[in-house]
Amino acid sequence: MNKKKMSDRQKTYIVMVIPALILFVMFNTIPLITGAAYSFTNYRGYGSYDFVGLRNYIDLFTDARVGNSYLFTFKYAIAGTILVNLLSLMLALGLNSKIKCKSLLRGVYFLPNILGGLIIGYIFSFIFTYIVPAAGEALNIGFLKNSILASEKYAWIGVLIVGVWQAVAMNTIIYISGLQTIPAEIHEAGMIDGATRWQEFKNLTLPMLMPFVSTNLVLSTKNMLMVFDQIMALTKGGPAQSTESISYLIYRNGMDGGQFGFQSANAVVFFVVIVTISIIQMVITNKKEEQL
Amino acid sequence: MSEKKKYFVPEPVKVNIKSADEIKDDKDGRSSIFLTVLLILGCVTILFPLYMTIVIAFKSPSEMTNDISGALALPKSFGFGNFAEAMRVTDFWHSLGNSVVITGATIILSLIIHSMTGYAIGRNMNRKKGFKLIYFYIVSGMFVPFAILMMPLVKQTANLGIDNMLGVVILYTVFYMPMNVMLYSGYMKNVPFAMEEAADMDGASAWRTYWTIIFPMMKPMHATVAVLTALGTWNDVMTPLVIMSGTENTTLPLAQLNFQTQFGTNYNLAFASYLLALLPIVIFYILCQKQIIGGVANGAVKG
Repeated sequence: MNKKKMSDRQKTYIVMVIPALILFVMFNTIPLITGAAYSFTNYRGYGSYDFVGLRNYIDLFTDARVGNSYLFTFKYAIAGTILVNLLSLMLALGLNSKIKCKSLLRGVYFLPNILGGLIIGYIFSFIFTYIVPAAGEALNIGFLKNSILASEKYAWIGVLIVGVWQAVAMNTIIYISGLQTIPAEIHEAGMIDGATRWQEFKNLTLPMLMPFVSTNLVLSTKNMLMVFDQIMALTKGGPAQSTESISYLIYRNGMDGGQFGFQSANAVVFFVVIVTISIIQMVITNKKEEQL
Repeated sequence: MSEKKKYFVPEPVKVNIKSADEIKDDKDGRSSIFLTVLLILGCVTILFPLYMTIVIAFKSPSEMTNDISGALALPKSFGFGNFAEAMRVTDFWHSLGNSVVITGATIILSLIIHSMTGYAIGRNMNRKKGFKLIYFYIVSGMFVPFAILMMPLVKQTANLGIDNMLGVVILYTVFYMPMNVMLYSGYMKNVPFAMEEAADMDGASAWRTYWTIIFPMMKPMHATVAVLTALGTWNDVMTPLVIMSGTENTTLPLAQLNFQTQFGTNYNLAFASYLLALLPIVIFYILCQKQIIGGVANGAVKG
């Protein structure tokens, strides 16, 4: 290949990257920077505003509503991530073993992943407010008689059930594709050595599945921390702000509540939190993989 | 001597070794019946909410008594009155059209822009620092939550006059860029450079070579990218909610949110509307189940 051809090729490569770069700078980097800039002001979303320094950030740590939203979001994300990964790992093991109607069953269990969170939220809202209490009434089970979504203490569990119901599908598929990378000879070897099913799972399957566990942990933690649709459909943050997630609070008070500047500071902190958690998770799970 | 001993005395035989019958069961698959039944029973948790949606959507409000059977029993007759009414109230065809246009345009833009970016980066990132930098710059966008971009983007799209469907399409093209560029550039690692060299001999320009030879070759990745982008944009509520709130237009999920008050306590009407909103994606799923599950698995594992 001659020199001219080569430099033409390089020019083409650069031309190919430019549209994406322009779009990314305009609609990701610039809003990120303006958001960070607004976080140092008392902007209400309209009208004039002043520079207030670190005031918003200091206020964040004493604001009870922000504190509550972090508490709820973390409670939700931790419980959700654990539940989703346990359930989807069990499901994947089941769906990957010798069963009848395998592809039909896989198809059904994957269904929640393709359905929109908002509509699923509305459907479950009806189940929680009418079906479950009616069942509690019929079977005379006290704690089921009232809607879980109306309880300040337990409403978050209602949101959690819906979140987990939807998220399990995705992680199951990832675990199944992980299980399929494990050669069958390994299981045969385990069987000949007389390993019990639990031993085989613990000592053979799980270590080989570790890369997929780390993918799933990062994925579900990130998605669970950003919970929004389910809140919008099920509780709108209530009762008494007990299920207000960080995303929902930023949307609610930042867009309509006149707290544009303050919620921008909240969003910046939220961004830092997500990046930190993702990095920590990746470092820990990478170490685990090396050890095994 | 000790060496020899080690050789002759293997691990102690475990007591709980499987009987020959058990191993045989595993082989001919007889033991799977129990698991199959268990998994079928588990499907109830998935199918019950959907069954309930269908049943309620077909009922009239007078059939909804306060006990469980009022909600869950089969309707007396299967009429389409609720659906016709729901279509009218939510302007179904209009919002369906908007959703199709937004999702379709986002997929087309993604396939064009993200694939050529992924290609250029994939071919250069191991030789040129600049491309590696661009790669990490774009991929790091994966960690930026929408919450932090939301408020500035509302202002920005309004100022640019794209606080409408066009703006939503452009934003989606940016939001899915990190994942898609990563998928495409990863895919390019498996495509030998000899493909381009051969075309160069024939005197084709690099631009032409890309569109006539490489782009069609990336077909499996196009399918993955299209599925992932489509699922994300079709079901998204937040972006159109904040960007398009000033316009008359809604998307299919957004219509459910906007008309929530008009449904009131008429759950039959509301559920008919939910069912209509779920139907297009469910039909699409039934038709292309293999591609969708494959695409999602592929995307998640590579990504």
